[in-house]
Amino acid sequence: MLLETRALTANYGQFGALFGVDITVAAGECLAIIGANGAGKSTLMRSITGVIRNEPGMVLHKGEPIGALPSAEILKRGIAMVPEGRRLFASLSVEENLLIGGQARKASGPWSLEAVYDLFPILRERRKNPGTALSGGQQQMVAIGRALMSNPELLLCDEISLGLAPVVIRDIYAALPKVRQSGAAIVLVEQDIGKALAVADRVYCMMEGRVTLVAKPAEVTREEVHSAYFGVAA
Amino acid sequence: MIWLDTLVQGILLGGLYALFAAGLSLVFGIMRLVNLAHGDLIVFAAYLVLMGVTLLGLSPWVAALIAMPAMFALGWLLQAAVLNRVLGKDILPPLLVTFGLSVALQNGLLEAFSADSRRIPVGALEGASLDLGLVTVGVMPLMTFASAIVAIVALNGLFYHTALGRAFRATSDDAVTAGLMGIEPKRVFAVATGIAMVVVTLAALYLGMRANFDPSIGPARLIYAFEAVIIGGLGSLWGTLAGGIIIGVAQAAGAAVNPEWQILAGHIAFLAVMLLKPRGLFPRAVD
Ligand SMILES: Nc1ncnc2c1ncn2[C@@H]1O[C@H](COP(=O)(O)OP(=O)(O)O)[C@@H](O)[C@H]1O
Ligand SMILES: [Mg+2]
Repeated sequence: MLLETRALTANYGQFGALFGVDITVAAGECLAIIGANGAGKSTLMRSITGVIRNEPGMVLHKGEPIGALPSAEILKRGIAMVPEGRRLFASLSVEENLLIGGQARKASGPWSLEAVYDLFPILRERRKNPGTALSGGQQQMVAIGRALMSNPELLLCDEISLGLAPVVIRDIYAALPKVRQSGAAIVLVEQDIGKALAVADRVYCMMEGRVTLVAKPAEVTREEVHSAYFGVAA
Repeated sequence: MIWLDTLVQGILLGGLYALFAAGLSLVFGIMRLVNLAHGDLIVFAAYLVLMGVTLLGLSPWVAALIAMPAMFALGWLLQAAVLNRVLGKDILPPLLVTFGLSVALQNGLLEAFSADSRRIPVGALEGASLDLGLVTVGVMPLMTFASAIVAIVALNGLFYHTALGRAFRATSDDAVTAGLMGIEPKRVFAVATGIAMVVVTLAALYLGMRANFDPSIGPARLIYAFEAVIIGGLGSLWGTLAGGIIIGVAQAAGAAVNPEWQILAGHIAFLAVMLLKPRGLFPRAVD
């Protein structure tokens, strides 16, 4: 298994945010994690990427415990994150934002500055601009490109469609098949159920810090998803 | 002509203050750390160079060149072992720790070298001057100024055109997200402080060659450095040079009127800039 969480718990001070979350991600798989605002999706991403440190055995990468490692170590193991809210570096140009994504992990793979510019051609035109001077959609492209620059085996995307217009979301989702072709597994955190079910091989639904549903999109009914998402029968 | 002379002397003096301040500015720009021991570290480095000259018989330049990697290592260790532990949301702990370090350094130097004032011998260069037609300038102040320019160009090149500099800026913007990029903020900080200590060594070389020093003078140098950094706008190295020049020119002008006014004039210039531009001359867009 590429990545696994085992009885993962997380809290912010006294406040519990995750209560025993088990997920698995196989190599090359596309996973969606859906759930309402506050369900704990971002906390799960932060726990996997070492922003929140846990017990070592709560997160396993290829069977090795990585739950207590700092973020930098997680990235070097091939797990890259597109954080919620994009979080581009304001002092860096678009090109520098991309370069910094690839400078700590020297892994061979299909992604390079040129490959990212081919994926999102608008970024080539804007490469000298400050990253934060771009539109929301373009910033999201930079954030995805930045994560790809490390040639990850696992790409975690936290709400890449949040706050974007439908046409922009379509453009960004159109890039995902090319990411998958490169062999990377993808975890998509989404609030948009339809979007998630359309692209994922498997979907997890979370509510109040727990997993309430694991299913393949083709094998699950709308009612099941709705009750897992909202906690009541639709 | 006396005024032109005063202006030129003041500008050149500004180079020395910029050298005092460049390391402080770099560290503050990257990790928002105000190092109250900065002046004492300059004095410490000056003693290091002095020992190279007196004990090993080296020329001051060679002694400084050898002291630089040693000071880099010291800065790296200081950051990794001490300052990284106290950096956080609260700015008070690092202030207290560096204040303590300042006191400890002064006392340590006093034990080791006594309170006698010392000077790094430079031989013939000391009084040498260059006749530029309109003004005559000392070779030593000119070299100081040139070194400040070189140091700033080099630091800016590092900051804006290398992968390490990218890591510096990214970490300063958002340390958590920098971590997600595989950058370890604490290592970045350690390297930054190491680099600052290399600049400190350069500042120490000129401090020690141009004037007498003793273990207690660090805090007074720190004040000029602070004023230069703040006038320039926090985090901008060319701004720091501009700040140093403003203080230097004010001091030279004050001294030309009445020698007792030299120091006072520098501080008044600082206060005047703060009244007109509270964020300094070249503030950064963010923060
Ligand atoms: N930094 C934080 N400090 C305290 N509580 C937090 C913090 N971040 C998130 N939470 C809380 O943790 C819970 C899960 O949040 P989050 O993981 O961001 O949910 P989601 O990403 O699914 O919207 C929420 O109740 C939220 O209020
Ligand atoms: Mg979230």
